[in-house]
Amino acid sequence: MSGHMNLTLKVWRQKDAKAAGKLETYEAKDVSPDMSFLEMIDVVNESLIKKGVEPIAFDHDCREGICGACSMYINGHAHGPKQGITTCQLHMRSFKDGETITIEPWRAKAFPIIKDLVVDRSAFDRIIQAGGYVSVNTGVTIDANAIAIPKEHADNAMDAATCIGCGACVAACKNASATLFLSAKVSQLALLPQGHPERAARVEAMIDQMELEGFGNCTNTEACSAECPKEIGQEHIARMNREFYAAKLSSSKTK
Amino acid sequence: MILDSKIPDGPLAEKWTKHKFNLKLVNPANKRKYNIIVVGTGLAGASAAASLAELGYNVQAFCFQDSPRRAHSIAAQGGINAAKNYPNDGDSVYRLFYDTVKGGDYRAREGNVHRLAEVSVNIIDQCVAQGVPFAREYGGLLDNRSFGGSQVSRTFYARGQTGQQLLLGAYSALSRQIHAGKVKMHTREEMLDLVMIDGQAKGIVTRNLETGAIDTHAAHAVLLCTGGYGNVFFLSTNAQGSNVTAAWRAHKHGALFANPCFTQIHPTCIPVSGDHQSKLTLMSESLRNDGRVWVPKAKGDKRKASEIPEDERDYFLERKYPSFGNLVPRDVASRNAKEQCDLGKGVGTSGLAVYLDFAESISRLGEDTVRARYGNLFDMYAQITGENPYKEPMRIYPAVHYTMGGLWVDYNLMTTIPGLYALGEANFSDHGANRLGASALMQGLADGYFVVPYTVGDYLATIGPKAIDAKHPAFAEAKAKVEAQTKKLLAIKGTKTVAEYHRELGHIMWEYCGMARNDAGLRKAQVLIQELRADFWKNVNVTGTNEELNQQLERAGRVADFLELGELMVVDALNRSESCGGHFREESQTEEGEALRNDNDFCYVAAWEYTGDNQPEVLHKEVLKFESVKLTQRSYK
Repeated sequence: MSGHMNLTLKVWRQKDAKAAGKLETYEAKDVSPDMSFLEMIDVVNESLIKKGVEPIAFDHDCREGICGACSMYINGHAHGPKQGITTCQLHMRSFKDGETITIEPWRAKAFPIIKDLVVDRSAFDRIIQAGGYVSVNTGVTIDANAIAIPKEHADNAMDAATCIGCGACVAACKNASATLFLSAKVSQLALLPQGHPERAARVEAMIDQMELEGFGNCTNTEACSAECPKEIGQEHIARMNREFYAAKLSSSKTK
Repeated sequence: MILDSKIPDGPLAEKWTKHKFNLKLVNPANKRKYNIIVVGTGLAGASAAASLAELGYNVQAFCFQDSPRRAHSIAAQGGINAAKNYPNDGDSVYRLFYDTVKGGDYRAREGNVHRLAEVSVNIIDQCVAQGVPFAREYGGLLDNRSFGGSQVSRTFYARGQTGQQLLLGAYSALSRQIHAGKVKMHTREEMLDLVMIDGQAKGIVTRNLETGAIDTHAAHAVLLCTGGYGNVFFLSTNAQGSNVTAAWRAHKHGALFANPCFTQIHPTCIPVSGDHQSKLTLMSESLRNDGRVWVPKAKGDKRKASEIPEDERDYFLERKYPSFGNLVPRDVASRNAKEQCDLGKGVGTSGLAVYLDFAESISRLGEDTVRARYGNLFDMYAQITGENPYKEPMRIYPAVHYTMGGLWVDYNLMTTIPGLYALGEANFSDHGANRLGASALMQGLADGYFVVPYTVGDYLATIGPKAIDAKHPAFAEAKAKVEAQTKKLLAIKGTKTVAEYHRELGHIMWEYCGMARNDAGLRKAQVLIQELRADFWKNVNVTGTNEELNQQLERAGRVADFLELGELMVVDALNRSESCGGHFREESQTEEGEALRNDNDFCYVAAWEYTGDNQPEVLHKEVLKFESVKLTQRSYK
């Protein structure tokens, strides 16, 4: 068919967390430009099964850019060469016939590899568990419109809340820092009055947890925002820093 | 078997209040003596797990994803309904109730739907308190928009990512309880069977998807919050992992499955582009607020949209339904799109698409306003199709989106197995034969935050807090059964892949049990599915071993269950020879081609009982009683 491509893939294969991994080479033939990147891998996997080779394991679920499961490091970029999208939203029309594509998992100490391109991102859950919430029980009786929130604040909070927890920020960072992920939640809740009572304790607890998980520090290279599929900006890191310094001024913790 | 819905007596608006008072309570000091299992962490599961833990119960929550935040509720776009009447446009609890019963084509229970409408207002309060950033007006108050099947604006939203924001709210509440030690969270762990002791649900069997370890877990009650079964069609808007396995395996233990043929085909999806396609992408129904649906008046008109003059276009929804126009309910919009394509007026290379045009809105409101409302949806469309929807109309076609059927539950959300509950899309109860837009999020959260925390206590107080004996032979037996099935799948080593079987099943379901169904087609489909299922168990190739992360094995188990469910859907569709909502039997239509109900013979819930492998299921009927709403032919004209 017209416009179909033949590609060479170099894919990271690793049997389990303990095994050594390496890049294997596969041919992807007759690839339609309308396929998504993951659909291209599906087709390759079907052909591997037919040849008796174990298919490539990768995380994926919604395939519409919102669940945050897919996580491929493609040609040196988290989620591939295009901006503002996840791997599942990357279409093969972004590649050229004959191209060689290198596919690796997220690489970070805090995201250990489980198999092939699948990594363990449970550290993100533990950072949220440390304080990324408003402590309200079910059964609130305050009317939703009792507190007016300036539209600008609500919109900025939504910009931060749009984070899908995929981990591209960590994969893109030379320090494997989770600062953009963490700041998105801190910023969202700092912008909304509902988040104010716990703002100091929240930022301290979440940063402590991030360090405990083995993520690196932020050195403001801004690679995270450049690679973020939701284009979460640096202003959220700035707001998190302000929250953190303010918290430290009045902190009861001695550390 | 007599199906007792347990709908309380008394006036409609007082039923839930009265029922809550009559439910037994568990003393605060005793709550910690009870263990509850919650399977699935979408809106229903996460909200239930968090709320029950806050009350003091010990909760174990399970999800097959790597994080509870990735459950498929995350992908809901448009919004959540609530009868707040903030816009002062005549909304009320009763109107939301009425619209939902009518939208469901009078195949839902009045009592359940009224309760849903009542608690809808609490959901918005709860979510705002959690820090969910809903869209707001310049004055700082919450914004609302309109949605299909309703003439008031009652939909709350967070851009085109409402499901994401609501789920992250529930996930944050769940995370807080995990941190507090009241919820033990099991990620990448899939439920593969239910454990029954003396006819009651007392636990589950799971497989750890990382290590393959098969374990049992005991509890006083089990809540299935495992979503719908749209992936039986292979191509749907569901996530790749969405499956029916937990609900189906409970069905095999005696939980009746209700109205399995009630499937929602969503009108605004991006059309199929080729055989490689793994899923279909929905464009939120909210687009129909400002987009106009049309096809060329002439058959086979292959001109570009921009070259077709205004008077040669047919805005068929506006023409046929002047009062609701482009905002008719989903089933009506989908069927009309199919009808135009069947007439040869479809657009695009496949001819299986209609236009959704924003030109008029862009000229009236300006591109910036349209971008502010739908920017992320337009970007998504452009990314997938390579076309710019600000310049040329979108092409859309219906796709499987939601399943109204599910496990039969009573007013307490308990299935026909004592101690086993089903919440959210996994149950059948609130949407009848067609779900209105922005009401799935409402139902998931209503069940989890505001219904089950009351009703489960009543059951627990009845059975008492005595610990479940984890050494009971039922646990070892259930575990052995799961291990045997896993071994069996891995031992077949046939020639066809799991995906091939799944795709074939999907073709059968879409062709014969999709947007239009008829007797001969359904009979044919039943035979085809039986043959495909027999072949699957002889010739499927599942690679790898159990003791590792094995995505082929995971999928094989799910497809095996879809191959059984698919047949039941066909049997149910065959039995219900009327048309209603999303279930369109070609033999039963009005002169104008609208769905024609048969209230004399089919005003009931069809609940099916499993009787054994490859045996016909037995039909039980729960007759629907309408005390408040008068049944009429639905009209959106």
